[in-house]
Amino acid sequence: MTDHPLLRHAWIAVLALAVLAPSLVSSYDLNLLGRFLAMAILAIGIVLIWGEGGILTLGQGVFFGLGGYSIAMYLKLASLEPGYLPDFMEWSGVMSLPWWWVPFQYPLFAVLAVVLVPALFAGLFAWLVFRRRIAGVYFALITQAVALTFATLLTSQQSTTGGYNGLTGFTTLFGMELGTDAANRTLYWVTLGLLVAVFAGSKWLIGSRFGTLLRATRDGENRVRFLGYDTTPYKVVAFALSAVFASIGGAFFTLHAGVVSPAFVGVVPSIEMIVWVAVGGRKSLWGAVAGALIVNFAKDIVSSAMPEAWLYVLGLVFILVVTFLPNGIAGLAEDLMKRRRERAAATGTALLEEAQ
Amino acid sequence: MKTSATGAICGAATIAFAFSAAHAEDTVAVGVLQSLSGTMAISEVTVKNAEVMAIDEINAAGGVLGRQIEAVIEDGASDPAIFAQKASKLIQNDDVATVFGGWTSASRKAMLPVFERAGSLLWYPVQFEGNECSPNIMYSGAQPNQQILPAYDWAKAEGKESFFLVGSDYVFPRTANLIVKKHLAEDGLALAGEQYVPLGGTDFSAVIAKIRAAKPDVIFNTLNGDSNVSFFKQMAAAGMGPDKVEVMSFSIAEQEAQAMGASLVEGSYATWNYFETLPSEANAEFVQAYRTLHGADAAVTDPMLHGYLNVYAWKAAVEAAGSFETDAVRAAAVGLEVDTPMGPVSFAPNQSLRQSAHVGKLDAEGRFEILWSSAAMIEPEPYDALTFPGKTCGFVGN
Amino acid sequence: MLDATLFAGQVFNGFSVASLFVLAALGLALSFGLMRVINMAHGEMLMLGGYLAYLTYLIVPGPMAILVAMPVAFLGAALVGGLMEVTVIRRLSSRPLDTLLATWGVSLILQQAARSAFGPIGVGVTAPDWLNTGFAIGSLYFPSTRIFILAVAVAVLAGLGLLIARTRLGLLVRAVNQDRMMAAASGINTRRVDLAVFCLGTGIAGLAGVVLSLLGPVTPTVGQSYIVPAFLVVVMGGLGSMIGTTAAAIILGLVSALSQIFLDVSMSQVLMLVFVIVFLQFRPQGVVATRSRALEG
Repeated sequence: MTDHPLLRHAWIAVLALAVLAPSLVSSYDLNLLGRFLAMAILAIGIVLIWGEGGILTLGQGVFFGLGGYSIAMYLKLASLEPGYLPDFMEWSGVMSLPWWWVPFQYPLFAVLAVVLVPALFAGLFAWLVFRRRIAGVYFALITQAVALTFATLLTSQQSTTGGYNGLTGFTTLFGMELGTDAANRTLYWVTLGLLVAVFAGSKWLIGSRFGTLLRATRDGENRVRFLGYDTTPYKVVAFALSAVFASIGGAFFTLHAGVVSPAFVGVVPSIEMIVWVAVGGRKSLWGAVAGALIVNFAKDIVSSAMPEAWLYVLGLVFILVVTFLPNGIAGLAEDLMKRRRERAAATGTALLEEAQ
Repeated sequence: MKTSATGAICGAATIAFAFSAAHAEDTVAVGVLQSLSGTMAISEVTVKNAEVMAIDEINAAGGVLGRQIEAVIEDGASDPAIFAQKASKLIQNDDVATVFGGWTSASRKAMLPVFERAGSLLWYPVQFEGNECSPNIMYSGAQPNQQILPAYDWAKAEGKESFFLVGSDYVFPRTANLIVKKHLAEDGLALAGEQYVPLGGTDFSAVIAKIRAAKPDVIFNTLNGDSNVSFFKQMAAAGMGPDKVEVMSFSIAEQEAQAMGASLVEGSYATWNYFETLPSEANAEFVQAYRTLHGADAAVTDPMLHGYLNVYAWKAAVEAAGSFETDAVRAAAVGLEVDTPMGPVSFAPNQSLRQSAHVGKLDAEGRFEILWSSAAMIEPEPYDALTFPGKTCGFVGN
Repeated sequence: MLDATLFAGQVFNGFSVASLFVLAALGLALSFGLMRVINMAHGEMLMLGGYLAYLTYLIVPGPMAILVAMPVAFLGAALVGGLMEVTVIRRLSSRPLDTLLATWGVSLILQQAARSAFGPIGVGVTAPDWLNTGFAIGSLYFPSTRIFILAVAVAVLAGLGLLIARTRLGLLVRAVNQDRMMAAASGINTRRVDLAVFCLGTGIAGLAGVVLSLLGPVTPTVGQSYIVPAFLVVVMGGLGSMIGTTAAAIILGLVSALSQIFLDVSMSQVLMLVFVIVFLQFRPQGVVATRSRALEG
C-alpha cells in the first residue's frame, strides 16, 4: 500500500492533521476523537487475531473492560481523601479496601495492570482452549459467553466493582487535573502517540516470521503442524496481544469518557468492535483504524439524528460488508488501486506495442 | 477520512454557534437529555414528553424573565458514556442554562463530574437509592426515606412480620434492600429471604421455590422492567398470584402496569410520591393536558410528574434569583415553594425535594387506588440515619 | 443444611430449564451439524414465534389458542428462516465465521423491526386457564405450564428422531451429514436438504418462542436471553448431534438450577461457563463425538 508515492504523502498529511487536531476542532469534538482513537488501538488488536490469525473473537469487550477498570480504580482511589473508601463500597457495607484493589493505589501498578492483567488472563484462557484444538465457530461462541458472564459478574459484584453504575467521578491523573482543556489535549496526544506506536509495532510484527506463521496457521493449520511447528503458542500470543491492545484502548477510552461500566464489556459492544474492523478491513491496519473512526462517527451522527434508524443501518451495513466486501473499505481501495495500476500497465504495454 | 469527518463536525458546530448567537437575546437554551433509543427509551421518552410539555406551557405563558425557552433535545441512548458525552455537548456547544434529564443512576453518576466541572446544573427526575448529593444536581425524585421506608412503615403497620426481598442485580435494589434489612433488624422483624436476578433476567424458578419455602407475609419487589412480567407470570403459574401473596413493587408505575397487562399485577401494591389518581383539580388538568398531546390512553407516572415539576421549579428559581447563573438559581430554589399537580412542594437545603408518599393498590385497569398517604411532607434524607450513621451532605451549610 | 424439598424442586426446575434449552438449541445444532454455520439470528426466531403467538391470540382468542399458535409460529419462523438461508447464508456457505457475523446483522434488523412494529416494551400472552393450574405432591408444586413445556420438548425430540430415522428427508440429511461431496455426487440436491433442515431448525425455534411466552413477556430482545446458553449447549453437545444436544441441555439445566440453591443467578451463570470450559478440557469434541476423516473441519 504505502509503496505508492502518492499514498505515502497522504499518510503524512493525515498524521499531521491528527497532530494538529486540538487547534482545529472544538474541545467537545476533540474529546470524541480521542475516544475513537482509543477504540482504534483495540481495532488494531482485532486485525492481529482475526485478520492475520483467522480467529474470530466475540469477547474483546472483556479486555477493554479490564483495562478500563484497572485505570478507573486507580483514578477512583486517587480522587479520594486519605482514609476514605469509594462511595459504593461504603454503602455496600465494605469496611476496608479488598486486597486485590489495594495495589491499584499506586499509579505504576495500575499502568502495569493495564498490560499484564489482560495478557495473563487472555493467555491462560487461550491456552486452555487452543491446546484442546477448539477453534472456529466454537471459539467465537465461547468468547461471547465469556463477555456475557464478565458483564454479569461486574454488575453483580456491586460492593467491589461499582456494579451497574461502574466507576466514575475521577479528578486527577498522575497529579494532573482532569477535565481541563490542557489535560484533554495532553491526553489526546498521548492516545495518538500510542496508536501510532501500536500501529508501527503491529506492522513490524505482521511482517516478521511470527506474522508469517500466524497467517500460515490461518490458511492451513494442519499443514503447519505437519511441518513440525506447534501452532498453539502462536495463537495464544496473538490472542494475548490483541487483548493487551484492547485493554490499552479501554484504559484510554475511560480516561477520555470519564466513566467505565459493564455497558462497555458485554455481548453487543464486543460484536460492535468486530463491526468496526469488518467495515474498515480485517486484513489492513489502516483499514481497522479508519473503520473504528468511521463507524463511531457515523453512530454519533446517525443515532442522534434518527435514533430508530441506527440499528437498521448498522445491521444492513454489516451484512453487506461481510457478504460482498470481506476485506472492507481497505480491500475495496486496494482492489481499485490494483485495477488502475493494471489498466495503466495495459495502456503502457499497448503504447509500447504501438510504438514498435 | 479523518479530515472530512472532523471538517463536517467543525462546519456543523460553526453553523450551530452562529444560530444560537443570533437568538441569544430573546431566548434561553436548556438541555433535555433522556434516552430516546435503547432499553431505557420506553420510560425516558415519556419523561422527555413531560419536560417538553412544561417548556411549551411556560413559553406560551410568556417564557422566563421575558425570554422564550429553546429546548435542545439530546439522546442519551441508554448508555452512561453517551449521557456524559451529550451533557458536555449541551454545556459546551449549545451553551445551555441548565439541563433536565437522566433516569438510571448509572447515567446520573456518569454526568455528575461533567456538571461539577462545568459548574452547571442538572435537574434529575427519578426516585433513586440516595447516598449522593452534588451541589450541581437538583434531585426531585424520592430519596429512600420518601419511598422505601414509607412502604416499610405501612407494611409494618399492616402487621407484616416477615419480608422477602426480590430485586434486579444493580445498585438501587441492593441499596434499598440494605436499608430495609437494617430496619428489619432494628424492629425485630424477620428477613425471609433476599434474591437478585441479573437485569433483564427471565427465569424465576429458583427464586419462586425459595419464596414458597419461606412463606413470607410480604414481598418487596425492586425488579426492573421486563423481569417484572416474568416474575408475576411465573408466580401466578406457581399458584402464588398477587391475590395470594402480597407484593409491594418499587419500579412499577401506571405505564409499566398497563403495558404488562393489568390483570397480571392486579391487587399488588406500589409506593410513589405521585399517582395519576391523586384527587386534585391541578392534577386532573395536568393529566388532561398530557393526554391531549399524547393520546387519551397515555399513562401518567411519577417520574413524568417530577420531570414536569423540575422545569417549573427551575423557572421559579430563575425568576426569584433574577438570573440564569447556576449558583444564584440553586440558592434561590432551596425553600422556594412551587405549585405542582401533586400540591405545593419545595427543595430542602440538600437540594432534594420535600414531598409526601402514597401507597396504592393496582386495579384491573392498571390504575392505583390510593390506600394510604404519609401524614406530612417528608424531609428528604440522602443517607438513611440507621444504615449510614453520621453521613450527611458535605455542601449543606457551606 | 440442604432442604430436601428445595432440592427436589430444583431438580424438576433443572429439567424444566433444560427443556427450554433443548427447544432453543435444537435448530442451531441441526444446521450446525449439517452446514457448519451458526445462525446468530436464531434468538430472533424465538422472538418471532412469540410475536406470532401474540397475534394468534388476538385473532383466535380462547382456551385452545395456544394449540393454534404453535403451528402458526412454526411455519412463520420456518418461512423467515428459509428466506434467510436463500438470501444470506447460502452466499456465505464456505465462510462459517462470516455467516455468523452476517446473521448477527440480520438479528439486529429483526430486533429493530419488532421494536418498530410492536413497540419496545413487551407484549403479553395470557396462558389459558387449563395451563394456569398445577398440582402438589407433598410440599412440592408442579405448575402445569412447566409440565406443558417439558411435554413439548419431549414431543419435538421424538418427532425429530422419527423424522431423521424413518423418512426420506431423514435419509438425505444423514447422507449429507456423513459426506457432503459423496451425497452430491450421487445426485442428492444438497442445497435443498440444507434449506429444508434450516427451515426445520428455525421452525423449532418458533415453537420455543410460543412456550417462552407462557413464562415471560415477548420483547424485541427476548431471544437474546436464551441464545447464549443455547450456544453453550451446542458447543458442549458436540457436532450437531441430537443426543449430545439433549444431554448437554439437561446437564446445563441441572447445573444452573442446582447451583441456584446456594448461589444467586449471576454467580450461577459464571459457574455454568466455567463448567463448560472445564468440560471441554476433558472432552473437546463434546458429549457426543462425531468421527471425521476430514482434516480441516
